[in-house]
Amino acid sequence: MAEVEETLKRIQSHKGVIGTMVVNAEGIPIRTTLDNSTTVQYAGLLHQLTVKAKSTVRDIDPQNDLTFLRIRSKKHEIMVAPDKEYLLIVIQNPCE
Amino acid sequence: MEIVYVYVKKRSEFGKQCNFSDRQAELNIDIPPNPELAKQFVERNPVDTGIQCSTSMSEHEANTERFEMETRGVNHIEGGWPKDVNPLELEQTIRFRKKVEKDENYINTIMQLGSVMEHCIKQNNAIDIYQEYFDDEDAVEVMEEAPSAKTINVFRDPQEIKRPATHISWHPDGNRKLAVAYSCLNFQRAPEGMSNESYIWDLENPNRPEIALKPSSPLVTLEYNPKDSHVLLAGCYNGQIACWDTRKGSLVAELSTIEFSHRDPVYGTIWLQSKTGTECFSASTDGQVMWWDVRKMTEPTEVVIMDITRNERLEHALGAISLEFESTLPTKFMVGTEQGIVISCNRKAKTSAEKIVCTFSGHHGPIYALQRNPFYPKNFLTVGDWTARIWSEDSRESSIMWTKYHMAYLTDGAWSPVRPAVFFTTKMDGTLDIWDFVFKQCDPALSLKVCDEALFCLRLQDNGCFIACGSQLGTTTLLEVSSGLCTLQRNEKNTVSSMFERETRREKILEARHREMRLKEKGKAEGKDDDLREGEPALNLEELVTKAEEEFFDVIFTELKKREAEAMKQKPKPLKQPSLETEEEVEGEEEGAEERDGEESPTLEGQP
Repeated sequence: MAEVEETLKRIQSHKGVIGTMVVNAEGIPIRTTLDNSTTVQYAGLLHQLTVKAKSTVRDIDPQNDLTFLRIRSKKHEIMVAPDKEYLLIVIQNPCE
Repeated sequence: MEIVYVYVKKRSEFGKQCNFSDRQAELNIDIPPNPELAKQFVERNPVDTGIQCSTSMSEHEANTERFEMETRGVNHIEGGWPKDVNPLELEQTIRFRKKVEKDENYINTIMQLGSVMEHCIKQNNAIDIYQEYFDDEDAVEVMEEAPSAKTINVFRDPQEIKRPATHISWHPDGNRKLAVAYSCLNFQRAPEGMSNESYIWDLENPNRPEIALKPSSPLVTLEYNPKDSHVLLAGCYNGQIACWDTRKGSLVAELSTIEFSHRDPVYGTIWLQSKTGTECFSASTDGQVMWWDVRKMTEPTEVVIMDITRNERLEHALGAISLEFESTLPTKFMVGTEQGIVISCNRKAKTSAEKIVCTFSGHHGPIYALQRNPFYPKNFLTVGDWTARIWSEDSRESSIMWTKYHMAYLTDGAWSPVRPAVFFTTKMDGTLDIWDFVFKQCDPALSLKVCDEALFCLRLQDNGCFIACGSQLGTTTLLEVSSGLCTLQRNEKNTVSSMFERETRREKILEARHREMRLKEKGKAEGKDDDLREGEPALNLEELVTKAEEEFFDVIFTELKKREAEAMKQKPKPLKQPSLETEEEVEGEEEGAEERDGEESPTLEGQP
């Protein structure tokens, strides 16, 4: 339990990180550093996207699996680490 | 009128059963047609009746049952909370969350995902992985592909007796047509019944020529007028100049009179840049260069005799076999002769003797092609005997760059109009060589065997992509080169100009050295003569001869010894420059020919 806290705190403290959140398979945000409405929005949308990405990868090669998803946009980068049950989402502003 | 039929029945037979019986038909009334009645009618002529011959169709309507559709959306605001948790109640949601956080699976997952995530975050912070490198530089087109050329079309001489294709000219607008001149250049060896016709081919139709030009004597050269694409100028085998207008047909429009024409086949005809677009000039192996106006072909407007002794003697004139004219330098022109000398002339000189400005000699045989570099007009290419040479106008004693001696005679050559370092040559064994001097200088960048017989002429299209070459059997092949050879490379112009300047400077230095050596030799010879003349009573002829012989053999022996020593050391000999050796050493070398390792080649190769 403490390690989890420590890990999440460490992630949050990295340079450029705007927000961190943990979402479960049903889209319920377990842990978040952003406000609720934003979190819920991110959770819902990214969950669907992750599922689609995962199915794409597996369609092409059934042996393959999605390990990480990175979405680079003009303003920041959204990084999603998927798992069977949970999703770790971090929004970072990469230094240019 | 009434038609009545009467039948009789007995009273006793009334009410009897009807018995039917068969009988033949009886004609009761026969009413023939009465033509008189026709007069009561008026014939209607014409009769306007609509008739239709088509399938009969019918139209029906049907109505299907209505299919109802509805669009519905779901707005998912909150996550899928389990049934027992009310998403609006903060306490319940917090409790649910706490429960999840205690789950061991959750802890492991987060640890694992966390490390992955951290790696990426750190990566992002370390460098910008999407940075555009080399953004400020221009897009470098890396020509990775090897130079190549492929044949697109082949135009064969439709005549039975095949004649060599001696000259090709591209149509000036759009380059969709090719004019090819056919003639047999072997003296008096034209076979019987050989046709005099030359053809204009359309690139789309290789089976039949578009227009046939019918002269009285076979055409040796043929040129389109760059200003007027309907007019063609041709030089004939019998020395006349002929002019065609393709709108007027395939017979000659204008022909020069035979008395004033050349006395040998006309090998070069070029249109001049003039306001009227009707001036041209021609050259032939009889040693004359004549200027003509095609509107009046009875006489040439000017004649210049290619006599390099500047005496205007026709007997001493050199036969011209190629002609060069660049429209950017309108007063100068160059003539390549059969004797291997290029004569540079000035058209606007006051006296005829001054017309000949200078000569460049260096080829061992006739110069079949002569062309200035389109980007650097001071440098020009000559093709003759077994080499192709590049000259600079400043260096008159020798060419500044040359190719090695090939196995087959070179017949024609041309610069590429788009790349200053690329030129093309054709050989007697049917190969087309493409040289790229910024890429490789000792060998052609690409050597293609176009056909089995000899290739006689070559012409490039203005965009530099297409080449037409004509062969001995009259087959004209159209080739397309790869884009690397017809697009200007980065920095190529600078590279080429610096290369030409460097080679010109080298030649100048060599020339200066030669001159020095010659002066020294002359001085020494004169000095020796003086000594001999003074000591004449003392020495006589035989002693002179023995003295010369001794010196001669001394030199040979020293040379032999030197060679033996070197052969023993088995050291590869450095390339000696034969031009720097004195006369005695040259003789010594000839004598020691058997001892030669064979590593020295008598010709210099252009240094890269």
